Formats: sequence, structure tokens, C-alpha cells
Amino acid sequence: MNIHEFQAKQLLAQYGVPVPAGDVCFTPEDAKKIAEKIFAAGETLVAIKSQIHAGGRGKGTFKSGFQGGVKLCRTAEDVFEKATAMLGQVLVTKQTGPDGRLVSKVLIAAAPTIKKEFYCAVLLDRALARPILMVSTEGGMDIEQVAAEQPKKIIKVSIDPAVGLMPYQGRKLAVALGLKGDLIAAGAKFFAALYKTWWESDASLVEINPLCLIAGQAGKDTLMAIDAKMSLDDNALYRHPNILAMRDLAEEAPLETEAAKFNLNYIKLDGSIACLVNGAGLAMATMDIIQHFGGRPANFLDVGGGASKDQVTAAFRIILTDPNVKGVLVNIFGGIMQCDIIAAGIVAAVQETHLNLPLVVRLEGNNAQLGKQILRDSGLPIINGESMADAAQKAVQAVGAANPANN
Amino acid sequence: MAILVNSDTKLLVQGITGSFGARHTQLSIEYGTQVVAGVTPGKGGQCFEHAGKKVPIFDTVAEAARQTGATASAIFVPPPFAADAILEAADAGLELAVCITEGIPMLDMLKVKTALRDSKTRLIGPNCPGVVTPGEGPDSTGGCRIGIAPGYIHKKGHIGVVSRSGTLTYEAVWQLTCRGAGQSTCVGIGGDPVNGTSHLDIIKMFNKDPETHGIIMIGEIGGSAEEEAADWIRKYCKKPVAGFIAGATAPPGRRMGHAGAIVSGGKGTAAAKIAAFQRAGIGVAPTPSDMADTLLKMML
Repeated sequence: MNIHEFQAKQLLAQYGVPVPAGDVCFTPEDAKKIAEKIFAAGETLVAIKSQIHAGGRGKGTFKSGFQGGVKLCRTAEDVFEKATAMLGQVLVTKQTGPDGRLVSKVLIAAAPTIKKEFYCAVLLDRALARPILMVSTEGGMDIEQVAAEQPKKIIKVSIDPAVGLMPYQGRKLAVALGLKGDLIAAGAKFFAALYKTWWESDASLVEINPLCLIAGQAGKDTLMAIDAKMSLDDNALYRHPNILAMRDLAEEAPLETEAAKFNLNYIKLDGSIACLVNGAGLAMATMDIIQHFGGRPANFLDVGGGASKDQVTAAFRIILTDPNVKGVLVNIFGGIMQCDIIAAGIVAAVQETHLNLPLVVRLEGNNAQLGKQILRDSGLPIINGESMADAAQKAVQAVGAANPANN
Repeated sequence: MAILVNSDTKLLVQGITGSFGARHTQLSIEYGTQVVAGVTPGKGGQCFEHAGKKVPIFDTVAEAARQTGATASAIFVPPPFAADAILEAADAGLELAVCITEGIPMLDMLKVKTALRDSKTRLIGPNCPGVVTPGEGPDSTGGCRIGIAPGYIHKKGHIGVVSRSGTLTYEAVWQLTCRGAGQSTCVGIGGDPVNGTSHLDIIKMFNKDPETHGIIMIGEIGGSAEEEAADWIRKYCKKPVAGFIAGATAPPGRRMGHAGAIVSGGKGTAAAKIAAFQRAGIGVAPTPSDMADTLLKMML
């Protein structure tokens, strides 16, 4: 699960990571009030930041034509104006796709004077099965680009989960960033709090980009998390009701949320052949084989190991909601599951959803022959696929024949 | 021979009284697996009965192992308690713990992995279909089945199968069986980002096992475990290996069912894994329908 920047900053602040003063709001009036408070505290610049689950907000464009999902303001009136331009509008960034995302809330935060920008993140090193904390002097940039072009500019420490991040590791990273004097201890403290946030919240990623060196009062510089991104481990949300409450359904694809209600794992793609498969690996492989034979999968859909009739019907309903779908491929390896029960589920689902698109079904495993018989006896125009390859080829052909222009 | 388990393996089941654990314990007994004990805290002294067999239930794994001589465990306990169950199996000195449970928090697995560093217990999984060493009876019965794989699709023979995914493993096994090629052992290592046993660990065992003559390795997008296995195969493996990588069409940044199946930061792509397979001389199946044929052609 992903959360918003303002929510990530709330969690980070709880664990002692310094973040700029600010608050989230839903109306220009509240935006102005928060800005007034920040200015009253002596700040000279306030940032207004669109809260959506996608990066590239600063360089994004609203469909209204307004440029930039992040703006800096010198007056509370300006904050009011910018908030009016952003709230209720759809922001398109390089990560949102052309549809963009509706901005329904903005974060109003102090924008201190930045002297230097760094990058830091905590994540899992899968190869070692240990957490790593990585930093880079190239803050504010696309870290994947830095990793590809200047890998030496990324410095990592590997953390033993039994002991956690040690202070020396934090100091090592601070020194690697070129920090000096008191800032080395400040850096170590910052990283310790960052790691604690990651560990205590069961996060899969905490990313601060940029982590900034801020001109503080009386000439004393400090470190601050100016932006923040967090992803949480879905499997651990049961023990974090406070984080689960941060879930924003408006940021999730409605069909995927609907599918989850039936314990279906659905991800929409942009092809024309819908797939319904049991098992995640087989579902991915089914998408691959469709592409191999020249078609394009419309979705990933794993109905799980013991799919019921209700689940199969729900699955059909969900995949058929996608207007791009021109045909359906069902691929079931009935290991424990009985193919005849699945076949009856398919027949019922086809009747209930009034399916009028080509449907190819491949049944293999337990009672497969009986299952095929049920499909034949149904009188429905279901195309039988013998192997995965045969089924995929027939699905690609059927979609091509039905829509010659689209293939 | 085979690897990990054989028809002599004595199995205990943690979570034997849950509906999922009970159902698959029944299937394992029908397959001919020596299920000698069950463990459910608080239900010690009761019995699990199926097909005329009585399996005693114990409160602790240590007690079950001591009384029955079990050396392997199948773990079916719910996610919040699974890490504890794995470490209890290790504490009891079992040789093998196969954790079927899906949905264990990643940090729990980091702790388990760290705690198992100096343990003699090998963990398979979590979030895996388990391990099958087929037997010589009808529908391959008489072997050892730990987990949730359908037993009848197997056939005793000389091909080792290792995979992260359940149904894709069954697909490969069924392709082999339909072509008359039996299996030595089939291992599902699980789809989570942190697991007990890697592709490479299993490949090394197959390489040493005289009963295994060829290997099918099935991978998925995400992580770099397939690349590491391929690199070792290139240098040391004496047996033909064919493979398939699922997820070439998966969009980056999206988790494809398995928590571990995700392309992030440009890492773990199918293209990179297929290239590593090709460099290592692993036969790459062009489609998942060709997994068995790709290997069998290499073994002619």
C-alpha cells in the first residue's frame, strides 16, 4: 500500500525525522489559514503541494492548463490562489498516465532555504535478505538515472536486522554525503530515525528525495526531509490500524478494489484479450504466451487456488467492465480444484454476464474431460483450447477475426 | 535418492486441525506420505484420523518430534503466527520445514532468516506449493508429498523441477508426465521476496543427486535469484537445464500476485533473466507450453 506525502511525513515526524512545519487541507480557505500560521512563525516562503500517489508533481500540468502541481508562495493570498487553481483539478504527470489524478487535497508546508540536496532511502536487499540504507549526493534527481549513469554516487550500508542500524553506519553515510562537524552526528541521528520509521511501520520503502541541508537559525545548519515517499508491506497492515486508516481508495483503481473483495487479484493492462487464470505464476505466463502469439493481454487476473462459482462470476464481471476487451481466455490448471466445478462456474458466469465475445477455455488437471463435456453440453459458443499454446493462439485468432482493424 | 525428502521421510504437520491443513494432510496420507504427527497448541492428546490412519496431535513440535521421530514439517498456520511456527520447527531440530502459508509480513521473514543463519533446519517457502518426491505406485503414490501440489500429476523419474510459482510448477510437471518423463523431486520455493531456500540452493542439490538427470528451473520477474542461479550453472552445473521466466509482459512497479514478482528500479526484468539463462547455456522455453519439450530436446 502506498500513502501520501503528508501521511509519510506524519509517520516520519513521529519517529523523530525532522520535516517542515505544515498541514494538509481540502479547501483554499484552510490552505490560507495554514499558510498564515507558517508565515506568522517567521517563515518567508510556503510550499503548496498536490497530494496524489504519483511522482513528477512539480513538472506536471493540470488539465485546466495550470502548470505545476507544486508551487512556492510568498503570501497567504498567493497560497489561496494557487490552492484554488489546484483543488478539484486533474493533474497529469509522467507517472500518472494521460488520465491524470484528481487533486482533492494539498499539503501546505514551510519551504526553508535549501543549501544542499541529497537522496536517501531504506529498502530490502533481496539478495542478502537484509535491509539497506542508501544515500546519494545527487538529491532531487531521478535515483534510477543516477544508479544507471553514476553508480559510484550511491552509497549503501547493509543492516543486520538483529541489531538494527548502528550509529557508526549512520556516521559513515553522513561523511559520504560530505557533512562535517556537528552535522555528522545530526546525520547519524536522522538516518537512525529513518530506519526506525521503516522498521516500526513494516514499510517496504521509505524514500526521502530530497533530504536537505537547511540554513537554520543563528547560522546553524540542519537536515530536513523536504519530500517523502512510503510504501507499506500489505501483509503487515493487520498490525498497523493507524496506517491502514491512511489508505486512500481514490488513488486505487476501482476495479482492483472491487476484485479484492472477492479475493481476486486483478491488474488492468491495455490489451484486448482478458485472462482468467488460477495462480499468479500461471497468470503471468498466460499474459506472456498471448503476447508471444501476437495478441495483447487486457489484464492480470489470479482467481486463486480454490476458485468458487461466485468468484468466477465476479471475475467475468470485472474483466468485462474493461471496454478494450475483445475476447476472453480462461486458463485453469485444476490441481486440487475440480475442473468440472470450474466449468459449471464458467457456464453460469457466461449466462449471467451475457457474454457475447469470443471465449477460449483451456482446462487441465482434475476431471478435465468432465469439465470439457460440461462446456460442450452447455450449447454456448465456447472454444476449447487443448494446451496453453493452442488456447492462446485461438484467442489471438478469435480476437483478430472479430476485430480485424484492431489487431 | 531424490532430494530433500523420500518415501522414508517422517512428516509432522503444524496447523493440522485448520481446514486447509487438514484437507492437505488427508491428501498427503492418500499419497502415501508418512504423516506421523500433528501439532496444534492446546489440542495435544487428540488424534487426526483419515483413511484408517490415526495421527497423534501434540502441543509442541519438540514433543511431536521426540515421540515420533519426525524430521520434516509442513506448516499451515495463519500468517501472524507463521514465523513463530517456523522457528519452533527449527528449535525442535527438524531437518526440513516447508512453510505453505501465504501473506507473512516481510519483516517477520527477515527475522526468521536471521535466526536461521546458524540453524541446521532448511526452510522451503513461505508462500509455496511445497515439495513432492514421486513414488512408484499408481498416480505416483508411495512417494512423499509435503504441501498442496496435486499428487497424481507426478511420475517417478529423473527430472528435477524448481519454481517460485505453484500452478506453473504443476504445468511443467504435467507436461513432463504427459511425455513420459518422470521427476526426481519437484520443489516450489515460493513467491515471497524473502524465502528460506533459493533456486540456486535447489539447483546445487539436483546437481549432486545421481537420480536427477535434467532440471527445469522456472523463474519470475523480480529480484536477482534466477541470475545468481544461472551464473552458478554456467560455471559448475553438469546437467542440462531448461527454464522459463514468467512476467515478460508485466508492467514495472506492479506486484503481480506474488509479493516478490515486481520489477522495481529497472531491476528484475524478464529480459535480464532470460539473457542470464542464455549466457549460462540454459534452454529457454519460448512459451510456457514448451517447458518440458525444451528440456527433453536437450537430453536427447
